[in-house]
Amino acid sequence: MLRLKCPWCGTRDELEYSYGGESHVTRPGLDASDVEWSDYLFNKENPKGIHYEQWLHKYGCGRWFNVARDTVTHEIYAVYEMGQAKPDIAMTDRD
Amino acid sequence: MKGYSTFSLIRNALSGHRFWKPVWRTPDLKKSYDVVIIGAGGHGLATAYYLARKHSLRNIAVLDKGDIGGGNTGRNTQITRSNYYWPQSAAFFDHSLQLYEHLSQELNFNVMLSQRGILNLAHSLHELEGIRRWANAIRINDIDAEFLTPGEVKKLVPLINLDCRFPVRGGFIQRRGGISRHDAVAWGYARAASACGVDIIQQCEVTGINIQSGRVTGVNTTRGTIGADRISIAVAGHTSHLAKMAGFRVPVTSMQLQAMVSEPIKPCLNTVVTSSVIHMYVSQSDRGELVFGGGADVYNSYAQRGGIPLLQENVAALVELLPAFSRLRVMRQWAGIVDITPDTTPIMGQTPVQNLYISGGWGTGGYKAIPAGGDTMAYTIANDQPHPLIEDFGLERFVTGALVDEGAASGVAH
Amino acid sequence: MAPAQKNRLSSGGRIDRSKPLSFKFNGRKLQGYKGDTIASALLANGIGTVNRSFKYHRPRGIMSAGVEETNALLTVTDGNGDIPVVRTTVRALLDGQRIKSASGFPSVNFDLGRVLDFTHRLWPAGFYNKVFKWPSWHWYEGIVRRMAGLGNLPGGEDSNQYFHHNLHCDVLIVGAGPAGLAAALSCMNSGARVLLVEQDHELGGSLLANSALINSIDSELWISQTRSKLEEAVNVTVMMSSTVSGYYDYNFLTITDRSTVGVKRFWKVRAKEVVLATGCIEQPLVFENNDRPGIMLAVAAMEYVNRYAVKPAGEMMVATNNDSAYQVAFALHDNGVRVPAIVDARQNIANEFAGEARRRGIPIMSGSVVLNTVGRKHLAGVRVGTLSDDGRSTVNASGVIACQGLAMSGGFNPTSHLYSQAGGKLRYDAELACFLPQDCRQRVTVAGAAHGIFSLADVLTEGARAGSEAASKAGFTCSPADDTTSAISSYNLKASRITPTGDTSRQWVDFAHDVTVADIELAVRENFVSVQHLKRYSTVGMAVDQGKTSNLNALTVLAGLTERSMEEVGTTTFRPQFMPVPMGAIAGPRHGDFYAPARLLPAHDWHVDHGAVFEDYGAWKRPEYYATHGRDRETAIAEEVLELRRSAGLFDGSPLGKIEVNGPDASDFLNRIFVNNALTLKPGRIRYGLMLSENGIVIDDGVFARLADDHYLLSTTSANADHFVDWLEKWHQCEWPDLDLIISPVTGQWAVATIAGPNARIILQEIESDIDFSAAALPHMSVATGTFLGVPARVQRVSFTGEMSFEISVPANHGHRVLEALMNTGGNRIVPIGTEALMVLRTEKGYLHVGGDTDGMTNPLDVGFAGIVARKQADFVGKRSLFRAEDQRKDRRQFVGVEPLNDNENLLPGAHFVTSQDEGRRSQGVVTSACFSPTLQRAIGLGLLERGFERKGEIVTVFDEGRTFDVRITDPVFYDPSGEKMNA
Repeated sequence: MLRLKCPWCGTRDELEYSYGGESHVTRPGLDASDVEWSDYLFNKENPKGIHYEQWLHKYGCGRWFNVARDTVTHEIYAVYEMGQAKPDIAMTDRD
Repeated sequence: MKGYSTFSLIRNALSGHRFWKPVWRTPDLKKSYDVVIIGAGGHGLATAYYLARKHSLRNIAVLDKGDIGGGNTGRNTQITRSNYYWPQSAAFFDHSLQLYEHLSQELNFNVMLSQRGILNLAHSLHELEGIRRWANAIRINDIDAEFLTPGEVKKLVPLINLDCRFPVRGGFIQRRGGISRHDAVAWGYARAASACGVDIIQQCEVTGINIQSGRVTGVNTTRGTIGADRISIAVAGHTSHLAKMAGFRVPVTSMQLQAMVSEPIKPCLNTVVTSSVIHMYVSQSDRGELVFGGGADVYNSYAQRGGIPLLQENVAALVELLPAFSRLRVMRQWAGIVDITPDTTPIMGQTPVQNLYISGGWGTGGYKAIPAGGDTMAYTIANDQPHPLIEDFGLERFVTGALVDEGAASGVAH
Repeated sequence: MAPAQKNRLSSGGRIDRSKPLSFKFNGRKLQGYKGDTIASALLANGIGTVNRSFKYHRPRGIMSAGVEETNALLTVTDGNGDIPVVRTTVRALLDGQRIKSASGFPSVNFDLGRVLDFTHRLWPAGFYNKVFKWPSWHWYEGIVRRMAGLGNLPGGEDSNQYFHHNLHCDVLIVGAGPAGLAAALSCMNSGARVLLVEQDHELGGSLLANSALINSIDSELWISQTRSKLEEAVNVTVMMSSTVSGYYDYNFLTITDRSTVGVKRFWKVRAKEVVLATGCIEQPLVFENNDRPGIMLAVAAMEYVNRYAVKPAGEMMVATNNDSAYQVAFALHDNGVRVPAIVDARQNIANEFAGEARRRGIPIMSGSVVLNTVGRKHLAGVRVGTLSDDGRSTVNASGVIACQGLAMSGGFNPTSHLYSQAGGKLRYDAELACFLPQDCRQRVTVAGAAHGIFSLADVLTEGARAGSEAASKAGFTCSPADDTTSAISSYNLKASRITPTGDTSRQWVDFAHDVTVADIELAVRENFVSVQHLKRYSTVGMAVDQGKTSNLNALTVLAGLTERSMEEVGTTTFRPQFMPVPMGAIAGPRHGDFYAPARLLPAHDWHVDHGAVFEDYGAWKRPEYYATHGRDRETAIAEEVLELRRSAGLFDGSPLGKIEVNGPDASDFLNRIFVNNALTLKPGRIRYGLMLSENGIVIDDGVFARLADDHYLLSTTSANADHFVDWLEKWHQCEWPDLDLIISPVTGQWAVATIAGPNARIILQEIESDIDFSAAALPHMSVATGTFLGVPARVQRVSFTGEMSFEISVPANHGHRVLEALMNTGGNRIVPIGTEALMVLRTEKGYLHVGGDTDGMTNPLDVGFAGIVARKQADFVGKRSLFRAEDQRKDRRQFVGVEPLNDNENLLPGAHFVTSQDEGRRSQGVVTSACFSPTLQRAIGLGLLERGFERKGEIVTVFDEGRTFDVRITDPVFYDPSGEKMNA
């Protein structure tokens, strides 16, 4: 059971949230080539380690936010708002 | 290959079982190989076996960071079936099932294929229509599928609660579907491949893939650099990880898929039962344990350990559908890492790197594909072109948009 | 009259002799006392063989007094069916209980299955992989399946009640033995919320079997004082008869609580800090025929004598490799059990023990091990030999030393299951010959025997320290409790558990799965030398006890055979559950109606009153049809359709997804979401639109109404409504946060009554409302707001039936009243319409049903939206995907109508269009909707067909369940193609 800290509501169980997948993906315009479009659409970082991802506090405030999470240990390294840059994990204290 | 028979068992019993040979060799690692296969799970081993057996390649190594069959091959719930919607999927998976049907003889190793039938339930009128669509597609693909009324479902699975929260409206069964013994599949292929001269190197983790002028030259491993003319990746759960080493990204999300078993009891369930509304599947193993599971966890994970939300989901679903199980106990839960592709169809064939091949993205259903996966990948590696059965499963489909979306078409995830 | 309990001591123990309990074992009436476990009561009655072994059907007796039991896993009946695999060593005896052996045919004392033991050479590890291949496994499977399994599924209804509870605490202490109690006493005064969980029904752990002086008082008194202190402390909760079974990420643990009869509670605990004081499990010795009834773990023998006042046997040998078993020998002796000898693998025995033994007249056979045992159905004697200096052989075999019992101690292995589940790593300690906790990423401390501390004095000190540390890590301050003992407990283990000689095929390593040393030898010979391979090949440690008494010995044998160190061999990871948990407890109250709570329409009762037959549509219960005057389903649907087309019908559309989008950028946002243009829509008007996934697939359709310049109301399909809001929010918050707008899901706020049919307007105009329903004021695809029956209302002219149609939304709590008013006003001009009739109506009209007529491969071009896509310049979600060659192919499956050549053909959704048999039958698409049209009096359908747009008029073959028939491909619109009725 993940325990995520919503930036607006505090720490809650995984069950209150909904997962949105990889964060910081740039959406190309209509002039993207098929290869560029496919890369955006389907290819994933899918790292074994720190993953920057989107979560929605679905049964809470209804806000989407970003999480940096270790996909092996499930430890959360950072929680930050949508639109903020990727934090430098080495510099971030574990929450 | 021969060696295992009732006669040989009795003969060895008389000599105290002192003269059995190793099931696979422990070879010395060579400097280079014609083909290096990364991953000694079912797919990697089967690929090596068919390369040696059907394509006369002998200088082959299968490398694994852990043990033979230690990944998803040894963690899955052992279901074999070919009830697929799209013709290309059906052709591939039925080829696999046909190979399974003769695998114990082919490998001289009993993989305990039990064709007890796999039942898919419908819980609403809308789902009945979906099941009709699905089962008709299967029959048009010349694979067996039979509609069942709720009464027929009850006869087949007397313990089922037809009037559960979402009443059972019917279902269909593929009688040739069933279960087999996962470890035996891995060990049988390992034994057969080893006997053909394939070097299976355990505890040898690949740390890099060497590429020169767009073509593979070998791998770096925890046991040194190994030269290779051709390399194939068969690492369920870690496909992205290996692809990254070769410099490209794949359309794969790795997630945990959990499974659980109950304490063993006498036979009480003789069919594999699956339901997509009451989200679970269950079968009873030959040991008597109920083996069951449901959907994958929802987020990226490489954790390989069970969690509580899905345990609750799956157990609640099982007890809702089969209330008699409420007093049985869950003995163990575990998880494997599954590579989910956007269309739930595997990724097989060539890659952007020359002489580098991939077999991954098996999602939750790679086990049933082991024989055909091995057979077609062996062909693909040997001929440097996709086997006709897997032409539509290549990476390029994500660029063209020609997805083979099984889940979307049949409404059932795989 | 039950026979006397022949092995019961006349005094002592923690049983209540004033409360006799009668029970039956395999039909025999027996008696025990309150405080007994089933196992102790069986032993008190001199029952030796309680069960047959799994594979060889050998007689087996009780081997432990705890959760590690491998043999006495019996079927127990005490009011809730015949429950299999009950660990009778920890299950309390109840009056009237019936206990049955799980195997043995015809009886547990005479079992024909024993033939498998006499022919055991034929069934080595993994034999089934080598044989049973011809002609197929199927021929043998039935027999093998019937042989397996440890009992039958219980019949009858489950009368247990199951509850789920959640709990947060600062410190969770698992285990209330001396270490756990000391830890609890330490953090008690810190103010931390402490939860102490004990699986036994009493506190005390090992002290219950072996008392000692603590703080100069008897431990029994110390325990009761401690209990009072803990129970008085408001910040401490003590749970007994409760087992922590799972330890998950984020210090999330689960507890199965059996403290109330007939009730199972499943606790979900989130703990800041965890102290594992889980104790240890004694390991068996491995020698020839070490599995006979009468042979048990030494601590178990002591527990039976001291705690349950039961003599495990009249004469009991003790075999050990450490000091701890001397206490056992003395306890046995002091309670009237003759101890013929103590067999000790060590050469040098401490004087204090040697002296005590001498004083009692118990001979010590030092440097010796048990070689073999004799007996038919029960232990009758043992043979002992001397270990050679290098420990690899034995000499000087003794004659048979008669005894009916043998208490064995191979030393202790910490109970590390929960630690391992938590992600903790274990390391092998060569001196203690066991696995100790090493490090763990979670916030957990291990204390006492679980940490390899086997001396009571140290256990108390370390437990106290662990408790105070945990409390301070959780942010509280306290100092360790200072309970002390003068008891001297030495250990001095010799790492020798495996007798090196004898027939290895008769030396059991795993009693539960009948795995012998010979099986491990075979595995090694066949190259199954990794721990995982050994486990899976030999099945050692995979039985219901999960290797609690077999893993360590198996690994030791494996290391020896492969000449590797234990570190090199490694160990496996333990998985939840520590002790198996009933599925009912895990599911909890989530069954029946609570499995997935149904959403009821605001006017549910109104529909019930009108004879609605309900069907599940996602979470919603909706009227499928109305069984007015008892008419059947088909009649009802046909009559509802015809009445609506003739006069008017009333449909409850409340589940329809309703989402409001407000703000200056609302139109810009919706223009990016919908395939259709949202910018050109005028206030007061409505537009139909499709929504795509980014991959260009149609995921939903619906209408959007522009209520004002900056205010839109979206209607989506019911099933998708919740998911769709998240999806919109994601686009807004994650992709276009700069757009200024608010998305409000209002599905539950509004009840929707849809009135449709030629008389719809006339009926509406008879009802109190300030809305002008005239065609001029409210044409098709327009919206009006006002009041209806005195309450705020929104009226949308949209149609899913092809008739003139008004969707009236009122606040949800007025839904009932509005339906009632419309029905009463309409009188015989109106009927209620169920979802099935609606589906027929929209099929006649050829309206798309997303999710039915489309699948996960359908793009907007396939459903006739090419023109709309081409006309819209701006980007929208999924647009770029439509440019791909694949999406533009002419042979895609496209939306068409179908009509069978035979008007009465049973055309069903799910049939496929197929090519002819000659060209190799192949699916060309599917019939996605079909019905017998009451309006047209013939079968019609909709479908997705390859190149469908250019094939109108063509005859195509349809395949369904093996039968084929021909249909003509048509335009999807069968009814009122000009839209005259709808626009009226």
